[in-house]
Amino acid sequence: MNGEVFMNFPFIIVALLLAIGFYTIGFKRNLIKVVIGIEILEGAVNLFLVALGYVRGGYAPIYTLAPQEAANPQNMVLPTPQALTLTSIVIGVAVSALMLAFAVNIYKHYGTLDVTKIRRLRG
Amino acid sequence: MIEHLPAVMIAIPLFGAFVAPLFKKKQNIAAVWAILITAVTVGLSLLLMYQVRLNGVIVYVFGADRPTLVLPSGYKVPIRIMFEIDGIGAFMAISATLMSFIGALYSYSHVKAESGLEKYYALLLLLEVGILGMVLTGDLFNLFVFLEIAGIAGSALVGFRNYRGEASEAGIKYLIVSAVASLMVLFAVGILYGEYGNLNLAYISKHISFNTLDMIAFGLLFTSFAMKCGSVPMHYWVPDAYTEVPAGINPILLVSTYASLYALFRVSFTLFANISISLARVGWIMSVLGVLTMFIGVTMALVQKDVKRLMSYHAISQTGYMLLGVGVGLTVLHDPKALAEFGKTAMAGGIFHIINHIIYKSLLLMAAGALFYVTGTRNLNEMGGLARKMPITTLCFIVGAAAISGLPPFNGFASKFLIYESSYRLNPLLAVFAMVTSILTLASFVKVFASAFLGPPLEKFEEAKEVPKPMIVAMVILALLCILFGLFPDVVLDKLVYPAVDALIKVAQYQTWGGLA
Repeated sequence: MNGEVFMNFPFIIVALLLAIGFYTIGFKRNLIKVVIGIEILEGAVNLFLVALGYVRGGYAPIYTLAPQEAANPQNMVLPTPQALTLTSIVIGVAVSALMLAFAVNIYKHYGTLDVTKIRRLRG
Repeated sequence: MIEHLPAVMIAIPLFGAFVAPLFKKKQNIAAVWAILITAVTVGLSLLLMYQVRLNGVIVYVFGADRPTLVLPSGYKVPIRIMFEIDGIGAFMAISATLMSFIGALYSYSHVKAESGLEKYYALLLLLEVGILGMVLTGDLFNLFVFLEIAGIAGSALVGFRNYRGEASEAGIKYLIVSAVASLMVLFAVGILYGEYGNLNLAYISKHISFNTLDMIAFGLLFTSFAMKCGSVPMHYWVPDAYTEVPAGINPILLVSTYASLYALFRVSFTLFANISISLARVGWIMSVLGVLTMFIGVTMALVQKDVKRLMSYHAISQTGYMLLGVGVGLTVLHDPKALAEFGKTAMAGGIFHIINHIIYKSLLLMAAGALFYVTGTRNLNEMGGLARKMPITTLCFIVGAAAISGLPPFNGFASKFLIYESSYRLNPLLAVFAMVTSILTLASFVKVFASAFLGPPLEKFEEAKEVPKPMIVAMVILALLCILFGLFPDVVLDKLVYPAVDALIKVAQYQTWGGLA
């Protein structure tokens, strides 16, 4: 495998995950599966962010006690995307918890998780 | 103290939100606490507007005393989270805080019978934090974070009446839309970060080159924000969410929708302002979306039987006016002559319409909430003859209905007239659609008025009484604002709207933070 393809590998996975996520949200009938679809989308975006900041053979982005050659910006993995990813994961947990809580409540009231049957609001 | 105003704007409601759950035993105190906190933020936002008018764009840096602090290596980029407040940011902040205050005041009686009110007020204040953060921030990732805060708090409030299945249904719809939209925003932010290595709006807008990747990012941002502001064809969540949310939250949920609209304007006018050829095309897309939104929204509203659902479709329809007004301005942004002739007027109309619409639509939705409070139903066919029983609500409703239909001398007329006369200059067809929409709006409100307030008094509403005082006060304040803004539009235009328009147009002003780079 040549190096070019290997470097782009994460981005191919991102595209694949985005496609799977949108497919799941759009075509699955079970509400839990729709929630899983959103989680897959989130995974794709997070992977995209992390892959964006990765430097091959770079040092971990910790500034204290970093070795001398890490001081050169080209040698260190970018810290900002990692911080962004962490934040986005935390937010994602809150979103999915709330979505699942709604799903449980909907099941209690409607007796089903089929999105085609949860349609009391219409018109 | 005054220089920390932007941070205090966020800190006070956030503090309020985290203290509110402590009043679990005394829910009345939680309500008073929320009213108090929101009242303080109203004062702060007015002070902020005053500061912006006095000193120009405010740049506030978290964790440093000045924005020009650079990396030790001397590499000059903004390295901290910044708040950047110009005319339109302050304008949106005033709308947000004012409506939070009205919403909290109205909620005091409206949701008294529900349980878990301390969480309700905590979420209300969190929603306010989210909106304020979105409109004040100058950082793309920060925008995403506050977008998510507003989305989570908003959808939790939509599902607040969790003993109704419909509330959860509307809540999850809203949450799915906002989660997908904000994930796509994050994706676009990632693309922009990968290219320019920074998250500061001003910095990116200065360096943007508009290659294919930028175009993808712009497309993603535009679509996501259009989705979140309820423009056709992504409007399906709006009626559900607005119908199911308690009426006290409606005003602030409206502002949260328009915070996304603000983000859409910010992205189009500031982030991508330097692309001169394609921007006219984007402006056309925005105008056409606006026309479609207003027309489809109003035709859907005409057939509704549920009073709150009818008004929610009108909210979609009115969003179209704002898109149209600002879209016309965007189309001619790089044509100085046309911009001076009608572009600026159109934008002023669109932005003036935001605050006008927030005022009268909140008033109408609250009147609908009052009807629900008294009758226990939202079905128009089951109501009738309530005008005698609820005189003040009826009067407020008439003021709101006249304002939304664009009758002079109410505030709806002031902004709609600006939009009519300026969009006519770009293409007469746009103005024709806008006027037809107004007439249809009037028609549907005549229907509501006739079936809810007029007609013979019904036996089952024999005992019906006027709603409690806090609800009355909230509605009367809004009704007075409707009339005041309609009688003296020039004052509001000069003091609030034109600074906001100038802030959008003069992008160079936004790009200079503390003389760096």
